[in-house]
Amino acid sequence: MKIKILLSLCVAAVIGFSGPVHAAGEHIELPKQQWSFDGMTGTFDRGAMQRGFQVYKQVCSACHGLNRLSYRNLAALGYNEAEIKAIAAEATITDGPNDEGEMFERPGRPSDAFKKPFANDNAARYANNGALPPDLSLIVRSRAGGPDYVYALMTGYGDAPADVKMNEGMHYNKYFPGHQIAMAAPLVAGAVTYGDGTDASVEQMAKDVATFLAWASEPVMEIRKQTGIKVMIFLLVFSVLMYATKRKVWKDLH
Amino acid sequence: MAHGPRTPFANPVVEWIDSRLPVFTFMQKEYGVFPTPKNFNYFWNFGALAMVMLMTMIATGVVLAMHYTANAGMAFNSVERIMRDVNYGWLLRYMHMNGASMFFVAVYIHIFRGLYYGSYKQPRELLWILGIVIFLLMMATAFMGYTLPWSQMSGWGATVITSLFSAVPLVGDSLVAWLWGGFSVDNPTLNRFFALHYLLPFVICAVVFLHVWALHVVGSNNPLGIDVKGPQDTLPFNPYYTVKDTFGLSVFLIVYAFLVFYAPTLLTHQDHFIPFNPMVTPPHIVPEWYFLPFYAILRAVTFDITIPFTHIILVEAKLGGVLAMFGAIVLLAVLPWLDTHPVRSARFRPWFRIALIGLVVALCVLGYVGAKPAEQPWVMVGQAAALYYFAFFLVIVPWLSKKEPVAKLPNSIHEAVLAEKGK
Repeated sequence: MKIKILLSLCVAAVIGFSGPVHAAGEHIELPKQQWSFDGMTGTFDRGAMQRGFQVYKQVCSACHGLNRLSYRNLAALGYNEAEIKAIAAEATITDGPNDEGEMFERPGRPSDAFKKPFANDNAARYANNGALPPDLSLIVRSRAGGPDYVYALMTGYGDAPADVKMNEGMHYNKYFPGHQIAMAAPLVAGAVTYGDGTDASVEQMAKDVATFLAWASEPVMEIRKQTGIKVMIFLLVFSVLMYATKRKVWKDLH
Repeated sequence: MAHGPRTPFANPVVEWIDSRLPVFTFMQKEYGVFPTPKNFNYFWNFGALAMVMLMTMIATGVVLAMHYTANAGMAFNSVERIMRDVNYGWLLRYMHMNGASMFFVAVYIHIFRGLYYGSYKQPRELLWILGIVIFLLMMATAFMGYTLPWSQMSGWGATVITSLFSAVPLVGDSLVAWLWGGFSVDNPTLNRFFALHYLLPFVICAVVFLHVWALHVVGSNNPLGIDVKGPQDTLPFNPYYTVKDTFGLSVFLIVYAFLVFYAPTLLTHQDHFIPFNPMVTPPHIVPEWYFLPFYAILRAVTFDITIPFTHIILVEAKLGGVLAMFGAIVLLAVLPWLDTHPVRSARFRPWFRIALIGLVVALCVLGYVGAKPAEQPWVMVGQAAALYYFAFFLVIVPWLSKKEPVAKLPNSIHEAVLAEKGK
């Protein structure tokens, strides 16, 4: 019995570590949102992903790249081949060198990576008052709170409290670490017009773009969870069978 | 190895091979009929589980290495490519990164089992030391594996840990430059860490072979900690323990599969998904959970050790921390000579049992403190827990060896099992 208590202590200790490992710096409480992809069977809401992609394309992509995605990956959002070709063709890609040694421009193809908004980091900083807009491919993965953080950041703009002295060109955001962020509030109500008639409130756009970026961070999430169910069922059945086998083999000794 | 008389096999192919190289006779002797104490509890599963995890890590690791690029400019991208574009690459990577955690879970429980039932005592001292060598090699392998994705945590973790060697007197800085292959953690560091990360698991396999060999010479310990007196005390390994290990493995795999499929980044810091930038230090550099207790011991030494009543520094705080951290593991290795009490199992040593539970608590506290910033009150809590860790080995165990009463032990495993059944 004592050993069982000890064992559970060890397990509790191991699980307990996962909490503090993630804590860093000042702790900002992020409001917890409901996501379509929460839980063991959650999937990405296709409508939200398409709307989120629209927000990314029309708002975020002016400054933020998404260079771990290719246009072909958009098939996961429910677009067909022709739609993807059309989306890719909207971008102008520099290719080459050609047979004459010259670089040339051509419309984007589904196999191209998402076009970067700036030629390089220096150009990005120069255009953004010295701040570097991060690539968003892994933004949900690489921030504590994940999609909740993205949602909170999008909706967390406001006037700075009187006792906070803001640096020049910075904007107050209650969920950004340090509360001073170089990015101005990117979303205003009606910034995009949704094709499906959804009202483009700031909260709605924040939710949609966070869903889209959660998918961008881990496109394999759905297949991961689906595979997991099969593996778990197999292991549970196998464990029961092995326990029965063990009982039978040990029968004479117990 | 088997030079004695050989029982022929009925299958002609098996017999042809076995008469030339007796691998079947060897397996039959060491894993088929191998006499194993009949009173094992489920703690005895974890050696086999650790073995399965070692094999899993090598199998997934070899395939990952086929898709990974060990170059400072490309490593992070190649890992993300594995996650997105390689068929089942995500599964391989999640199995590998969570497999490291599960390997340490299995090994920590295995070590605890050894401590609780006195498996380190005579005649298993060398078996125990080989186990500590495996543990050290695992730590080195895991640390270098953590640097390979070349993330913020990878690069800065590598910087923190390799910088420890600068505490070595006189040659410290040259030593660190030699380890790095330059003047900072950069491409040469990544390349050598990748080479070593691929090499060390096979060294671990070799030491595991010696560990199992030593085990099969002296035989397994058991929950009573008394010697096997005769055949009535044992069972053939197969089928009794093969089936019990398979059941235990299956339950263990459920936990592993849950992590891989439903919480793959639970044990990973989010900065591990930001590419390494030598210009930007993360606010908080923390190692993986399995290193946290030792990391806390390292940070517990916040003071220089001086000659009393003078200002002459004997050991600087940094060196003191490094010595304490490595000392913590060396103490484990010499435990067979610190604990000279004649009784092995903590089941018959109530005093030792309390002290050992205290050690587990101290390690959990150290693990918790290791994840916290180096601020009060955590520094003092960590120092108290570290003090207990060292006191356990250097004061409590030697004292208990002399003072703890020697309980009356059961006459034999067989008798004890029968008595248990009678209840």
